Amino acid sequence: MNALQEKLAVEIPAEDYLHCEHGLKSWLLTKDHKRIGLLYLFSILFFFALAAFAAAMMRAELLTPKGDLLIPTDYNKMFTMHGVLMVWFFLIPSIPGVLGNFILPLMLGARDLAFPRLNLLSWYLFIIGGFMALHAIVIGGVDTGWTFYTPYSTTYSNTHVVEMAAGVFVAGFSSILTGLNFIITIHKMRAPGLTWFRLPLFVWSMYSTSLILVLATPVLAMTLTLMAVERIWHVGIFNPALGGDPVLFQHLFWFYSHPAVYIMILPGMGVASEIVTCFSRKKIFGYEFVAFSSIAIALLGFLVWGHHMFVSSMSAYAGAVFSLMSFLVAVPSAIKVFNWTMTLYKGSISLDTPMIYLLGFIALFAIGGLTGIFLACLAEDVHLHDTYFVIAHFHYIMVGGMVTTFMAGLHYWWPKITGRMYPEKLGQLAALILFGGFNLTFFPQYILGFLGMPRRYHAYPPEFQIYNVLSTAGASILAIGYLMPAFYLVWSLRNGKRAGPNPWGATGLEWKTSSPPPKHNFHETPVVTEDAYNYPPLID
Amino acid sequence: MRHAALKVQFDSLEQQHEASRLGLWLFLATEYLFFGGLFLAYTVYHLLYPQAFAEAGKHTNLLCGSINAALLLTSGLTMSLGVAAIRRGASDISALWIGLTILLALAFLGVKGAEYADDIHKHLVPGSAFALSQVPSAQIFFYLYWLMTALHALHVIAGVGFMLIVLWLAKRGKFSPQYHSPVEFAGIYWGFVDVIWIFLYPLLYLLDRHT
Repeated sequence: MNALQEKLAVEIPAEDYLHCEHGLKSWLLTKDHKRIGLLYLFSILFFFALAAFAAAMMRAELLTPKGDLLIPTDYNKMFTMHGVLMVWFFLIPSIPGVLGNFILPLMLGARDLAFPRLNLLSWYLFIIGGFMALHAIVIGGVDTGWTFYTPYSTTYSNTHVVEMAAGVFVAGFSSILTGLNFIITIHKMRAPGLTWFRLPLFVWSMYSTSLILVLATPVLAMTLTLMAVERIWHVGIFNPALGGDPVLFQHLFWFYSHPAVYIMILPGMGVASEIVTCFSRKKIFGYEFVAFSSIAIALLGFLVWGHHMFVSSMSAYAGAVFSLMSFLVAVPSAIKVFNWTMTLYKGSISLDTPMIYLLGFIALFAIGGLTGIFLACLAEDVHLHDTYFVIAHFHYIMVGGMVTTFMAGLHYWWPKITGRMYPEKLGQLAALILFGGFNLTFFPQYILGFLGMPRRYHAYPPEFQIYNVLSTAGASILAIGYLMPAFYLVWSLRNGKRAGPNPWGATGLEWKTSSPPPKHNFHETPVVTEDAYNYPPLID
Repeated sequence: MRHAALKVQFDSLEQQHEASRLGLWLFLATEYLFFGGLFLAYTVYHLLYPQAFAEAGKHTNLLCGSINAALLLTSGLTMSLGVAAIRRGASDISALWIGLTILLALAFLGVKGAEYADDIHKHLVPGSAFALSQVPSAQIFFYLYWLMTALHALHVIAGVGFMLIVLWLAKRGKFSPQYHSPVEFAGIYWGFVDVIWIFLYPLLYLLDRHT
């Protein structure tokens, strides 16, 4: 750190966004996107801890073939709690709610999002929805799985389905408003000179994510409404007794939820592009391709929902179309992986913590993505549907992809958010532990699924035990990988080295202001005169 | 000097207006998709059970539906005149048109309420006492009828609230030819409420009635 940065770091804190106002009220009524980002951070970590507890209970149950820890209903409630909380209250708001909120306006050179009050409302809706879901769990739980399939959810389940669905419904509007806020901000709030093709790729990925949030979530809201009305009044369009079709629920549900799967990976891809360039000291390889592949994934994502229903009465022709469309998603995904790899090629690579997470992410995403192609294949899916192969596949994307990049991004922007550096050696160690623990947890599940072990059962034949033991052992290691940052990041708040405005020597407007930034981000609006990732040329 | 209505994150009133207007359009896109689930369900079941839908469709109250269509389309006109008036600075005339729009919207809700009472009287509520129980799947039609019209009525009520706020702001002299965004936005929103009804009216009241 040079003398000027040191001076800035010492001078600025008195007026940064953390210290400009004090007291609980200044946080709960804040309209500052940075503070709202932190509110999201605390809330999603809370839900993550609860959902991780449910996962721990499941992994403990599955240590032995017999169901001896949980009765079947409680096991069902555990995986429902895990799914609902992880999907809607951790993954979907994770990178958009925390890093998107915090970084996006900074990257654009804006003073705030376009609608700061709406942004605060999003957080409150998220919290209200979250507590409604928690209430449903506390008063007895829900056993339908996170997918709420009819007719089980509408007719047969004796659990608190409506309360849980209402919580998801409310949280959905939080997603919609966040997406809307991001899209308008990206359109209307860019600094002078910051043209679309000079935007950091994180912005492109947030834009694509927001498109899905805005266009898909209302359909989920309607689907859950129809399900809840039917459960309450015993009349509805999914009821076969009236000529209704329960599979229509699946179509409507996955019309939202398949695009939502991309809400749970596109933001991670955006973080990846930021980090891979910074720690390779190179321009991204094929900027336009990476940018448009985000848009392509968002759009194609709306056309593939049928692949969740290959075995539920779908015609062979519809199946073939959905299968082909699903294969197509592999194209923009592969473009990204190849372009990140090409960016690494002949780069000046430094293995700081975010980069270690990032390299792990590329490997895990490649495995998760390729196994997705197995599942998109019609005949193959008949064998693999509803087995642990599916579980392993989407955890490689959502945990291996999204959680890994969330951790990468959190470390990368931690100095910007807090003004302090985290301890580097511990960070690198935690990243490696996470990578190892993750693979040990989920790789055996591919084998389990291939051998035919179905998902959502609390007991299984003894020959599957070895893989389940490996998986549970891996989950314990994974837990250490999560707990370590929880401790050292908190420690760094007081004891970390002062970061200065730009500890990584990175490009991007967020690094041009002090750390932590002042309330309105910049002392004067920055003017952009160059492309993104304009790192000085490397000397061979 | 910064205009009093200019928020800190924007550089100019023009930027603020454009951002808010784009935001409103995007919000309306989510509204259309929200209703989209119901339109999809209607389409699927109309294709599956054309006879039941034709039979059930004859039992909706054509007179009430048509009066309401007329009321709502007229309110679309008065709303547009209100927006046009504020653009040329005629604040009082604009308030008059918006007030008239509110009255038309309330009349719509009144007719809708009377129609609901009539429907209940005729046992057209899905459930065990449903009047057309001899026609299988007619319940699905009426289930969709109730959900779609009730959801639309909720949006009419929200629109009335929106317009009342606009009137209140107008009364406090907040608007000028330079700044009158809330009036424009109430107009755009009211257009959405109109458009949904333009689809609901033929689907629920007119389709297959001749057969």
